[in-house]
Amino acid sequence: MDVTVRPAPPAELPTIRIAPSRGWPALRLGELWEYHELLYFLMWRDIKVRYKQTLLGAAWAILQPFLTMVVFSLVFGRLAKISSDGIPYPIFSYAALVPWTFFANGLQHASQGMVQHANMIKKVYFPRLAIPVAKVLAGVVDFALSFVVLIGMMLFYGIPPTLATLWVPAFLLLALVTALGAGLWLAAINVHYRDIGYTVPFLVQFWMYATPIVYPASLLPEPWRSLYGLNPMAGVIEGFRWALLGTDTAPGPIIYVSALVAVGLLVSGAYYFRRMEKTFADVV
Amino acid sequence: MTLPAIHAVGIGKHFELGVSRQKYGLLRDALTAQARLLGERLRGRRPAAAEAETFWALRDVNFEIQPGEVVGIIGRNGAGKSTLLKILSRITEPNTGYVDVRGRVGSLLEVGTGFHPELTGRENIFLNGSILGMRRAEIARKFDEIVAFAEVEKFLDTPVKHYSSGMHMRLAFAVAAHLEPEILLVDEVLAVGDNSFQKKCLNKMEDVGQRGRTILFVSHSMPAITRLCPRTILLHDGQVLQDGPSHAVISTYLSSGLGTTAAREWPDLRHAPGDDVVRLRAVRIRDQAGQIADVVDIRQPVAVELEFEVFQSGYALWPHFTLYNDEGVFVLSAFDLDPEWHGRPRPAGRYLATAEIPGNLLAEGMMLIGPAMATIEPRRIFFYERDAVAFQVVDNVSGESSRGRYVGHIPGAVRPKLKWATRYSRNGHDLAGPAAAAALNGKGGQP
Repeated sequence: MDVTVRPAPPAELPTIRIAPSRGWPALRLGELWEYHELLYFLMWRDIKVRYKQTLLGAAWAILQPFLTMVVFSLVFGRLAKISSDGIPYPIFSYAALVPWTFFANGLQHASQGMVQHANMIKKVYFPRLAIPVAKVLAGVVDFALSFVVLIGMMLFYGIPPTLATLWVPAFLLLALVTALGAGLWLAAINVHYRDIGYTVPFLVQFWMYATPIVYPASLLPEPWRSLYGLNPMAGVIEGFRWALLGTDTAPGPIIYVSALVAVGLLVSGAYYFRRMEKTFADVV
Repeated sequence: MTLPAIHAVGIGKHFELGVSRQKYGLLRDALTAQARLLGERLRGRRPAAAEAETFWALRDVNFEIQPGEVVGIIGRNGAGKSTLLKILSRITEPNTGYVDVRGRVGSLLEVGTGFHPELTGRENIFLNGSILGMRRAEIARKFDEIVAFAEVEKFLDTPVKHYSSGMHMRLAFAVAAHLEPEILLVDEVLAVGDNSFQKKCLNKMEDVGQRGRTILFVSHSMPAITRLCPRTILLHDGQVLQDGPSHAVISTYLSSGLGTTAAREWPDLRHAPGDDVVRLRAVRIRDQAGQIADVVDIRQPVAVELEFEVFQSGYALWPHFTLYNDEGVFVLSAFDLDPEWHGRPRPAGRYLATAEIPGNLLAEGMMLIGPAMATIEPRRIFFYERDAVAFQVVDNVSGESSRGRYVGHIPGAVRPKLKWATRYSRNGHDLAGPAAAAALNGKGGQP
């Protein structure tokens, strides 16, 4: 929708022109900011409802990566004896599963968001971007909870934090950007093609094995290892291990490629989403 | 000179009625369709054009509304009223023309949007308020007022899933009614809730209108329109048919052919509800004299006619209809019990099924008929055209209907004339027991 807010003289009401949109739309991030309270309430609702509805409540946020870690440690650590860069396998995999779970849940919730909130979209106007953004951001709470467990495990295994730990927020941001970027694409496509909904869990699983979670990236020979940079989540996972566990995977130039890919995904996703947005209310 | 609050210039909105009826599809289908197109191109064939036809929900609509005006919008179902409000509230965008809107727009297109059943009343007030565009501080300031208006004080910390539908409705309207936009769009919210709450809503809206707010009010309720709106716009087939003083526009609407809500025909087969098995061709309401009538005396029977065309033989089609009143109360559904066709596969051809609603059954007021067609084995619905036709039941004080000599308002969705009997005894003996039943069985009872 082409809405231009023209500057009005003082004490005058703002005039909005509603007209058919043409070409590529503006992102209108300023408007999204105007609705930051809505963003906050949507996030808050998602968190609250999730914790109210499930029997385990907040514990679920911890159990999901933790139990996966237990299974991975048994299967990949004990049975398959996959190398873990000299670090105990449980914490090696858990340090990866914490950001991964954040990413995977964010991506899945964002991609289902528009269809899930069809009723709202058909009845009220608000910047549609608020839905996927809130979905991804709501995951930060889960992340924080499971991160506390991660700190506990570091104490248990006697791994002291270093200066590099300060980089964790940067890697979290990279994971967030990637989840939102991919989530925006999938959310917009999902409105028109409902089979995308079934494809996402498969995509997430596929992506997980393409990311060094159960195995270290060092397992791969060059040049394949550098190609990993194209998968921003590989950068995130290796970054987390470096920052927290002191592995030898300090982010090199490859992380720039990761960041570039993630930002590219986000910007293109946001434009694609905004372009498709005008049809949401008619189709969803 | 003041600038108009809303200035619509040539707005139009169309929908594609594609070959497939579904609005959204499967990526799989889209990909295979693309592949097929490509294949045909490669073989040098021109691909067949997709049979999409365009339906204009709104076409070249122009109007100007001054700040502070309260304007009603009327028209039959499908005339484009809701689409117009959706464009004004920016939910969907027009395909042609533009609208200049001055000031914040609040819409009550459907109240309770975003209510979450698991959250408490208190939480939902904040959530819903922010979805409607209110600031958090604004909601906090009006919180008590909202709660008082909705009359839910005691249940504030109960999840709304435990609310009755009336409480749910009241809370939702209360939040929406406390929005303070310069322009308020209202779509038939008053069709729900009980009578006293409806009155409260109308008062609230009148209040808002008097404070210089611009209101656009879509309704099927002519009394509500007359009461609230000095000016009314009549939409027909997506175009403005008349725009002027409410009484004049309403009388055009009610007296002209399009006001005849008692019959509806689909001469163009492509637009008739249904599919390639069966399509609805007409629905009519007839009075005792066999005339198409949109006003019926409460004492007289009413005939509901469904005319449909069967294209594929072998389906045990079951015509039926629903009846709602204008308060949105589901009064009844009626299924064709004609023994000649009941459960029998029908050969192709044209049918006219008539049901007679007896006199002294429905209450006064507007009745909306929704014709439908289904089979039971397998369970399948071929069409359901809600509110296709409507008629008004009037209960004049004649003394012969169930209202007797009482002239006031009588609540209730039906108003049957029940059989009443009275026995009298001075000392209280012999009132209960078989003798009382005998009185109802004819001896001493009124016919």
